[in-house]
Amino acid sequence: MLEIITKFGPTLLEAMGKTLTMAFYSLIFASIIGLFFGVLAVVRNKVCNVIAQIFVDIIRGVPMIVLAYFVFFGIPYACKNIIGFNLTLSALEAGIICLSLNCGAYMAEIIRGGIQSVPKGQMEAARSLGLPYLTSMRKIILPQAIRTMIPSIINQFIITLKDTSILSIIGFPELVNSAKGVVALTFKSFQVWAIVGIMYLIVITILSKLAKVLERRLSYDRK
Amino acid sequence: MIANDNIKISVKSLYKDFGKTNVLNGISLDVYEGEVVCIIGPSGGGKSTFLRCLNCLEDPTSGNIYFDGVDIADVTVDINIHRQKIGMVFQQFNLFPHKTVLENIMLAPVDRKLLDKETARVRALELLKRVGIEEKANDYPHSLSGGQQQRVAIARALAMNPDIMLFDEPTSALDPEMVGEVLAVMKELAQQGMTMVIVTHEMGFARDVADRVLLIADGVIAEEGTPKEIFDNPQNKRTQDFLAAVL
Ligand SMILES: Nc1ncnc2c1ncn2[C@@H]1O[C@H](COP(=O)(O)OP(=O)(O)OP(=O)(O)O)[C@@H](O)[C@H]1O
Ligand SMILES: [Mg+2]
Repeated sequence: MLEIITKFGPTLLEAMGKTLTMAFYSLIFASIIGLFFGVLAVVRNKVCNVIAQIFVDIIRGVPMIVLAYFVFFGIPYACKNIIGFNLTLSALEAGIICLSLNCGAYMAEIIRGGIQSVPKGQMEAARSLGLPYLTSMRKIILPQAIRTMIPSIINQFIITLKDTSILSIIGFPELVNSAKGVVALTFKSFQVWAIVGIMYLIVITILSKLAKVLERRLSYDRK
Repeated sequence: MIANDNIKISVKSLYKDFGKTNVLNGISLDVYEGEVVCIIGPSGGGKSTFLRCLNCLEDPTSGNIYFDGVDIADVTVDINIHRQKIGMVFQQFNLFPHKTVLENIMLAPVDRKLLDKETARVRALELLKRVGIEEKANDYPHSLSGGQQQRVAIARALAMNPDIMLFDEPTSALDPEMVGEVLAVMKELAQQGMTMVIVTHEMGFARDVADRVLLIADGVIAEEGTPKEIFDNPQNKRTQDFLAAVL
């Protein structure tokens, strides 16, 4: 065990770094996608609501692994053969696109729920003061919604962090892929996967703790 | 008393349906500058719906609402501009819980660029003083009593310097001992010449402060008159029944 750590520790740590990089960018894009479709789902416009619903339904209805193959192989193939345009996606780019879309759809649902949990009177009070809809959303509704959403959002972030491992199938050298390599070299399956499991566990525990702190910080009932 | 003949807001045959339910069935009303109009009537009669149509929180099904010479019931009108001049106070206060009392009051004037931050702060403190709770300026709404919250809500609406104030049962959600402090603020506002439309169940207040009392039932103005006419000598059967039930 110790031998593996000293010998392959740096490799595994670097792979963890790649996992975190991929998760980090995905979470940023997912937040933007989620916010966009979450708001689209609640505005008073049927067309917008339906578009948001379709997006969420499609992403939720397709396994991530299929989405990953589709983005990494399917789309460049289609670009080349149909539009005649050579699109090259790196495994990292394809991975980020997949995770962003996937996490974004779930975020959209969380954000929609969060917005709907804010009492109707808040929007009415804001509008009655002459604030436009989107300003009211940004300054009054979302800051309140975010507080109820934080546990679900962090939960979703953790799921996405774990989902990076699915992207090992398109060859991105994240933690699981690197670990496979280490196992191939050492034949020490048990030890390597135990180490990898513990690495995930540590990162996710830290994230959960951070979430708790954030949740407390943002609560306005604290005093 | 009615200060002059200027009409502040003029409603012409207003109808409002929710799907198949006809809630407002043709209401016309002129509210004059400085006038205090109290609206009373049975539950479900359409009082709130009518008030909420006045600032287009509900879109009227048909009819016109002239404010500042513009028909704000027209959906092509930029309602946000006009809403700045129409203050509204809700039964449930609806203060912004994530903002301090001061921030609640400053938010809209600053966001709408009516005042810069510093002026808005000074003005907010003045308003808080006027409603008698300047010491709560930096507290969050949840730490205030209902009566205090409603007074902040009034100050928040006044911060936009409105031409008219709408109140929808502003004291109905309050504990009895807090009703007085809110009514006192409203009465003072009325005496300072604010144009006000008030839906209320406080008959004593309506009698005391109103220039005109309307009874809305089944989506129409069943009767209107001075407080004396309505309370002492009601003509309409529905007014008589309503008053018999509440007094
Ligand atoms: N958003 C809505 N959708 C459907 N029906 C509604 C809606 N808002 C109000 N109504 C209906 O319109 C009617 C009038 O309601 P409104 O709230 O205006 O009455 P009100 O006179 O204010 O009563 P109260 O004294 O109980 O407040 C009621 O029958 C109510 O159910
Ligand atoms: Mg009502």
